[in-house]
Amino acid sequence: MNNSIASAPNQQSQFRQTCSTVWMKCKAFFSGNPPAIIGVSLIMVILLGALFAPILSSHNPDKRVARPHVAPNAEHILGSTRNGRDVFSQVLYGARKTLAVSLFAGIIAMSIAIAVGVTSGYMGGKVDEWMNFATNVFLVFPQLPLLIVLAAFLGQVGSMVIAVLLGFTSWPWGARVIRSQTMAIRNKEFIISAEVMGESKIRIILVEILPNLISIVFGGFLGTVIYAMGAEAALGFLGLGDATEVSWGSMLYWAQVSSSLYTGAWWEMLVPAIALALTGGALALINMSIDQVSNPKLKTGPHLKLWKKMNHETEKRRGLV
Amino acid sequence: METTNTPEVVLSVRNLIKDFSIGKKKTMRAVNEVSFDLCKGEALAIVGESGSGKSTGARVLTRIYDKTGGDIIFKGQPLDEFVKQHGSLEYARQVQMIFQDPFGSLNPVHSIFHHIARPLLIHKRADKKTIEKLVYELLELVGLFPAAETAGKFPHELSGGQRQRVAIARALAVDPEVILADEPISMLDVSVRLGILNLMTDLKDKHGISFMYITHDIATARYFAEKTAVMYVGHMVEWGNSDKVTQTPQHPYTQLLLSAVPEAGQKGRRELGAKKGEIPMWTGDTKGCPFAARCPRALDKCNDSFPGVTQIAEEHFIRCHNI
Repeated sequence: MNNSIASAPNQQSQFRQTCSTVWMKCKAFFSGNPPAIIGVSLIMVILLGALFAPILSSHNPDKRVARPHVAPNAEHILGSTRNGRDVFSQVLYGARKTLAVSLFAGIIAMSIAIAVGVTSGYMGGKVDEWMNFATNVFLVFPQLPLLIVLAAFLGQVGSMVIAVLLGFTSWPWGARVIRSQTMAIRNKEFIISAEVMGESKIRIILVEILPNLISIVFGGFLGTVIYAMGAEAALGFLGLGDATEVSWGSMLYWAQVSSSLYTGAWWEMLVPAIALALTGGALALINMSIDQVSNPKLKTGPHLKLWKKMNHETEKRRGLV
Repeated sequence: METTNTPEVVLSVRNLIKDFSIGKKKTMRAVNEVSFDLCKGEALAIVGESGSGKSTGARVLTRIYDKTGGDIIFKGQPLDEFVKQHGSLEYARQVQMIFQDPFGSLNPVHSIFHHIARPLLIHKRADKKTIEKLVYELLELVGLFPAAETAGKFPHELSGGQRQRVAIARALAVDPEVILADEPISMLDVSVRLGILNLMTDLKDKHGISFMYITHDIATARYFAEKTAVMYVGHMVEWGNSDKVTQTPQHPYTQLLLSAVPEAGQKGRRELGAKKGEIPMWTGDTKGCPFAARCPRALDKCNDSFPGVTQIAEEHFIRCHNI
């Protein structure tokens, strides 16, 4: 076990030690955890694609650069749309918008969820009653219909407005989970002993309770991001987003409007759809692997393999195989 | 418990009452008319079965719960006045608590160093430079060697006994006057219990810390504490010098409790000599002696009034109608 506290106060060595600790933790996270490896590498590819979109794409996603519905070829790797846009460039630039919206929505939702959940779970009493009431009210709102109505009411809205709307409507689920977990932790003796010691309330919440919730918070965050991505795409597809912005949702919208599937231009529809599915799947895989880390009981993969091996040996000894 | 020629009384409790509300307008009395004195460098053992109000009493003393009635006098000052004058932080420093479950009393996400450094920092007993040395000293004091290595560990890397030592070190970090030990050894292996008890005895004798030792094990009460008080359903029924209470118990409940302690070489079942009565649910209005329903010596008046205090020997008190 590395001990950064006991080490010499030499800053450089301390830094090196921290690095090695982080490296060890990463190694422990990935070893024997295939969902994590697949999920993280997929997300890395998608993120890098979005980040280096200007370098990777050869065309401007907003300009007419080809004839309508050109099939995938050497110049337009993923073909072109009805309006002559390059699909490959659009999918790269669209990733930026879609990921930004869903991450932003996830951050807003989880921030509210943490604030409401931890406060109401730790404080209890009247505070809890009111906050829980508010949570329940938000929880019963049908979110997507509400978003559709809001978006329709506001006219064609920009992607950041959608992100804010998503963030402010999708926090109650996380808040409930965090609240119940906080209530379980609140009565643990280490919290009481911190209170007896004279620790301030805010420090108890931030330093003693919150670190115990990290896996839930992170899991909830990823879940919200997936949900926000789907909702953003759905709104875009329905034409309620800003159709002039390039996002995976608006790509689907244009593919639908130009009835690309009927005319045989499958690439226009399939590319953004697969991009969405891959990103959502990758995030779900990461979520699963985090569960496995925080809850060792779920680490079934290697154990199942070991069990199968032992079972096989036993059966061999009994002469069954 | 007015004992003669006692040393300085640190914490004294008079007629402490604690009610919990259960449902609308209903209250349950967890602690009723409890009085005792805690002297410097002495241990008072509170013995009783589960639900007899031992832990509730301790939690009232740490101000986790507010008292319903009675007086708590700390260092000659009523508790509220002390807190008003010196601040609640100062009271928190002087009265520390050790919990029953060594697995629940340390935060799994923080290192041992954090657990012991926090109280030192909260109460400004150390700054960033001296803290490392102080933490190691404390760990060595409670017998955790090598200190530097232990400090870097996380709670799940320690055994139950080691964790309890960490909990004790944490309580000691702020140099308290009183430590309320809530069944500190009941969840430990039998083999490490004595080590913890001896450690606490050392702290009591050498550092002059007063202990309130809550337990359901009357044998360790006699081993560790100078004074013992027996509680039943929130009432103190018998108290005084530990040897007297445990060797010549006078209250039928204490006798019953002692007869339940298994003895080596004992054959067959023993008759415990108690009626199989109910353990009463105590409210503010309940009358009589709480033990009346199970008491083999119960009189008629036992159902009507709670007996007063009778001194039956030097440093030996009892609350029973039929002595």
